[in-house]
Amino acid sequence: MFKWFNRKTTESVAEPEAPKAVIDIRDITRTYEMGEFSLQVLKGISLQIFKGEFVSIMGPSGSGKSTLMNILGALDQPTSGEYFLDGVDVSKLGETTLAGVRNKKIGFVFQSFNLLRRTTALRQVELPLVYGGVSGRSQKAKAALESVGLGQRLDHLPSELSGGQQQRVAIARALVNEPAMILADEPTGNLDSRSGTEVMQIFQQLNRDQGITIVFVTHDPWIARHTKRVVMLRDGKIVADRHVAAPLVAGETERPSEAEELEGVFKEAYYGGAKAEYT
Amino acid sequence: MNLIESFRIAINSLMINRLRAILTTLGILIGVGAVVGLTSLGRGVENYVSGQFTSLGANTLTVSSTRPSSGTRTVIQPLTDKEAIAIARLPGIQRVATQYNVSGTLLAGTESVSLTLNGVTANYVEVNEWRPRNDGGRFISQQDINDAARVVVLGESTVEDLYGDPNFNPINLSLQINGRIFTVIGVMENRSGGAGADQNAAAFVPISTAQSRLDNARVRGGAYKVSQMQVQVESKDAIEMSMAAIEVYLAGAHDIIYSGDEDFRVSNQGDLLSSITQVTGILTLFLAGVSGISLLVGGIGIMNIMLVSVTERTREIGLRKAVGARGLDILSQFLIESILLSLIGGALGIVLGWLISLIGGALVPDLDLSLTLDSVLLATGISSFVGVFFGLYPANRAARMRPIEALRFE
Ligand SMILES: Nc1ncnc2c1ncn2[C@@H]1O[C@H](COP(=O)(O)OP(=O)(O)O)[C@@H](O)[C@H]1O
Ligand SMILES: [Mg+2]
Repeated sequence: MFKWFNRKTTESVAEPEAPKAVIDIRDITRTYEMGEFSLQVLKGISLQIFKGEFVSIMGPSGSGKSTLMNILGALDQPTSGEYFLDGVDVSKLGETTLAGVRNKKIGFVFQSFNLLRRTTALRQVELPLVYGGVSGRSQKAKAALESVGLGQRLDHLPSELSGGQQQRVAIARALVNEPAMILADEPTGNLDSRSGTEVMQIFQQLNRDQGITIVFVTHDPWIARHTKRVVMLRDGKIVADRHVAAPLVAGETERPSEAEELEGVFKEAYYGGAKAEYT
Repeated sequence: MNLIESFRIAINSLMINRLRAILTTLGILIGVGAVVGLTSLGRGVENYVSGQFTSLGANTLTVSSTRPSSGTRTVIQPLTDKEAIAIARLPGIQRVATQYNVSGTLLAGTESVSLTLNGVTANYVEVNEWRPRNDGGRFISQQDINDAARVVVLGESTVEDLYGDPNFNPINLSLQINGRIFTVIGVMENRSGGAGADQNAAAFVPISTAQSRLDNARVRGGAYKVSQMQVQVESKDAIEMSMAAIEVYLAGAHDIIYSGDEDFRVSNQGDLLSSITQVTGILTLFLAGVSGISLLVGGIGIMNIMLVSVTERTREIGLRKAVGARGLDILSQFLIESILLSLIGGALGIVLGWLISLIGGALVPDLDLSLTLDSVLLATGISSFVGVFFGLYPANRAARMRPIEALRFE
């Protein structure tokens, strides 16, 4: 077994007396209709996420993580159940009102960045402000880019940025409108581990310094260990919802190699050959 | 989100897809260019033709014999020189030129030409505004008519047929008409334009010579038949009144009681003019129609490219919706894109049309080609209509996309 680094993060911040649920879903289901078939992907999910939380959602592929995130992000509507976002029931809103909710309350980060082609970083980040009719756009967009460490890359096009930088532009775009929460569906899924660590550092910093609520999906237990709470999905149901005893701080701990992670699984440490060859 | 933002977004995405935007505008450019250019060409032809007719004299009436339309009267009483004199005295009438036509063969040396000889009066020159050219010749005089002189004035084409060169000067030479010796006293100026056959293929003799020497046109009572009268009216406004006066007079002279029995016809150059302008108007309309079709094709091109663009940019639309764009925002973005495309195409098309009319004007100097404001306005109107009409369907399709489906699109 590898060692846990017992470093305390924001856990020590005093809990508010009556925590306000940013996300409050009650018995949500989602069924996809495909001609004769119908596939129930979410089978009754209830979950509360409070202001300032940092939650990761885990589960095997096809367990309904993205479906849940899309509903949380007001990109999709549940088939049944209720969804209170910041106290407002959004499960029955029309498309136009939902657009406003997405604009003001939610910052969404995608696995595949989803940046506009041939558009500078500054313009990408201004986009939610444009649709929100907000003034002072370039200052706000610039500040958001600075907070993700891209203050020097305002005029860069996506093609001139690395994957990690592109995802940081996407994060700046998600937080520029000061949303109630940031939702991220496998934000590190397309990134190498170093860029992934960078992105995790930013998420942790946003959560710690600005108290922004963050919910994200990941496959990776190592990434999940950087968050404060882990929700496990399986076959459209929540099978576990646990607080992380001691969240890791991104960049401080070297990620163990596969061999180290699997160490406890093997019957014997090595399988043939001289031991010296395998150091 | 206001309209200015939609404009900015639309302009940005056009700039991002520059090449495609240019190709799309091309369709509209050609369509509008064709509308503007060909309409101006058609107008030019229209103006030219009506200009030619006005120069032929819009205040001239022609009186000729005709078969009665009723069929109950079968006799055609010929028009006579006495009637012409009486008509010349009617109020509002300036002068009457009479004409008696006979067919004849002209023979000069070994060359001969057969044509209809015009026996004319001396005022033919004023009525038709057509003079002998400046090479020492003259037109038929009153004296020639009194004498029934054997003199002839030739048109340039006739000169060419007889002497091999239209610029040859045949004055004072002799030639034979139907076997009799005549003297050439003048050659008419070259005259082009107007409808019908070459007006220069003509020969003029004194009307009295035609009536008495080349034919026997005498009728009972001592008058002479005439084939046609050209009546010049004092002013354009008097035309209708003079026509009526001539008709009343001739009906009396020819003992016509029932309408439909008239054996003469009084016609107006204006009637001919209006039927000709109708034809050229149809020509303009036809050209406009053809170019309208190319505009339609351009519009369908816009729709096509907009549809491709909407499909290609599905993920972009999804992303815009995910960050808060409403359906209306997406609709106006795409609609403005297509309107801008067609307006830019329209503006360039107006320039193209202007070039077409410039080139056309240089090739055919007789045509006065100019862009008319109405064709420019029409083109602008049509192209913005094309933009809205053909942009609406793709834009609406984009606006109605569901955000997750758009984001999942590969
Ligand atoms: N739009 C859709 N139409 C039909 N089936 C879908 C759709 N979206 C997802 N699914 C199905 O729902 C299940 C869960 O998908 P998803 O929520 O994307 O899972 P995860 O993100 O956990 O991998 C999968 O079996 C997937 O094929
Ligand atoms: Mg997924």
